[in-house]
Amino acid sequence: MSPIALRTQGLGKRYGHLQALTDCTLSIPSGHVVGLVGPNGAGKTTLLNLAVGMLEPTSGSIEVLGGKPGSGPAQLAKVGYVAQDTPTYAGLSIADHLRLGAHLNPGWDAAMARERIERLKLDPAQRAGRMSGGQRAQLALTVAMAKKPELLILDEPIASLDPLARREFLDSLSQYAKTHSVSVVMSSHLVSDLERVCDYVIVLVASRVQIAGQVTALLAAHRQLTGPADPASRPAAWDVISATQSDGQTTLIVRSAEPVSDPAWTDGPVDLEDLVLAYMGHGSVPGRVTEVEAQS
Amino acid sequence: MIWLTWRQSRAQLIGGAAVLAVLALILWLTGPDLANLYHTSGIATCKPNVTCPTLATRFLNKLSKTDELLYFLGIGLLYAVPIIIGVFWGAPLVAREIESHTHRVVWNQSVTRSRWLAVKLGIGLLAAMAFAGLLSLMLSWWSSPIDSAVDLNPTHGISLIKLAPVLFDARGITPVAYAAFAFALGVAIGAVTHRTIAAMAVTLVIFAVVQIVMPAAIRPNLMTPVRANVALQPSSILGLRGGDVIATPSYTPPGGWILSSQVIGKNGQPFHNGLTKACQSGSFRACQASLVRLHLRQLITYQPARRFWAFQWYESAIFLVLALLIAGGCLAWIRRPRVA
Repeated sequence: MSPIALRTQGLGKRYGHLQALTDCTLSIPSGHVVGLVGPNGAGKTTLLNLAVGMLEPTSGSIEVLGGKPGSGPAQLAKVGYVAQDTPTYAGLSIADHLRLGAHLNPGWDAAMARERIERLKLDPAQRAGRMSGGQRAQLALTVAMAKKPELLILDEPIASLDPLARREFLDSLSQYAKTHSVSVVMSSHLVSDLERVCDYVIVLVASRVQIAGQVTALLAAHRQLTGPADPASRPAAWDVISATQSDGQTTLIVRSAEPVSDPAWTDGPVDLEDLVLAYMGHGSVPGRVTEVEAQS
Repeated sequence: MIWLTWRQSRAQLIGGAAVLAVLALILWLTGPDLANLYHTSGIATCKPNVTCPTLATRFLNKLSKTDELLYFLGIGLLYAVPIIIGVFWGAPLVAREIESHTHRVVWNQSVTRSRWLAVKLGIGLLAAMAFAGLLSLMLSWWSSPIDSAVDLNPTHGISLIKLAPVLFDARGITPVAYAAFAFALGVAIGAVTHRTIAAMAVTLVIFAVVQIVMPAAIRPNLMTPVRANVALQPSSILGLRGGDVIATPSYTPPGGWILSSQVIGKNGQPFHNGLTKACQSGSFRACQASLVRLHLRQLITYQPARRFWAFQWYESAIFLVLALLIAGGCLAWIRRPRVA
């Protein structure tokens, strides 16, 4: 198994005049459940498509599990992909989809696929075209899992699901990742979803990576401060990521490993959602790319 | 991949086999009677240019309505089959996957895009060729008595010469090559446009243009035509356009494909002085007689019937090679990631 799940160097992709991904440099170790967060149109799908080899970069390089994405049967076998809106063959039944997986993947785990379908109480004879969005997402996930990949890539797999289906989907995903020690990269524009399952986060805004790192390291490196509304009362040395005003007070997300002791400000830890939102708002500041390396 | 190809196209494959089976049954039930009618007509032992035209006409007049219907339906079917294969099977093959986003599923299994397409193209080409081949074989066999009789008397109502346009593409092995070409063309256009309906329309248009251009401009030149210099028969003269004599060919080679006929004077040069005194004022008969006195001749170019199979092989080779080139182009095209 490759120690690095995803490594990019100055990776960029443009469609005509539109720069979908800019100067993206990442190095994600294997074994994490990675959340790729960002607003719609930030470049999440582009990055994932580059990782599975459905797209070619216009600049920079990308390596997935040590290989060139989509470069051959062996590379394809190592990466499972559930595309946006979890496409399936409308005319084929669940059983047909599993047969498809068995015929096209040498490492296919037929028992696991069958068990998952049973546990989800799905009828193998049912056609995918007649299933609900949640069932289709589960079927697509089953096919990607039973392929036995080293890395599972999911593009907004739960965007169109109702809250209950969303929870079921995320639960089965995190259980699978734990028991099979598979790396997962999952994109979403909903931060709350990721908090449940992810231990690594990448924030992508306006085609640029704003921050990337292990959740624990990121939380340890930031503080949330509450204090006076007047911007002048803020020490210039502070590395302020975001500032929000409410009720005559200002809430700051500040980059600092140590608690901040300033009599005018109340210091506290930050939670993942606030941190991610801070960096998502931060995208308007150009050229500001921060990477927090995991402490190993 | 073979299983998936079968699973995704089994409706078409089973449907095609059913059509073949039903048609085979109909032809098997009616064919022997038709063959018997031919054998008892005496055409097989007729004297060329003496008894043959009469016997052929007699045989063709005796055909039942069913036989005539089947004959023309068969020709229509052999024209329709490559179009149906190209438009309804070839064009959606890649385009529909992309439109319904299932390419994201199938291209992310442990099989490369190239292999995926190679298997689909290979099976599709073989199936298309087998289908068209069996169809042509059955219909060519069934129609052979009619085709032979028509060759002997091309002035009869059913006047489709095997070698001439219309019937040529519906006999022998050309349907096989056309089916392969249409399938590859449809797949390629679908793979490039990513749109099923657009690909179907473009495939249809290109195929139709090819089927018009081929007999009109290319096929006649595949082999140097034979020239015949014959006396202009009075009965061939139809009239005048300016000074040019309008006439049907005075000589019709049996089963031949006449490409051109030109009225020439005694000196061998094209004749343009048809406006004789009699033709300017007299009756049509007087005009005709005045032209006959000029000892006009006709220069006829044609492809003789014996070249039928040579033309079949040439044309089939051209379209099979085109089909393979297009298929190869398709594989080269799909290798690079172009649609996510």
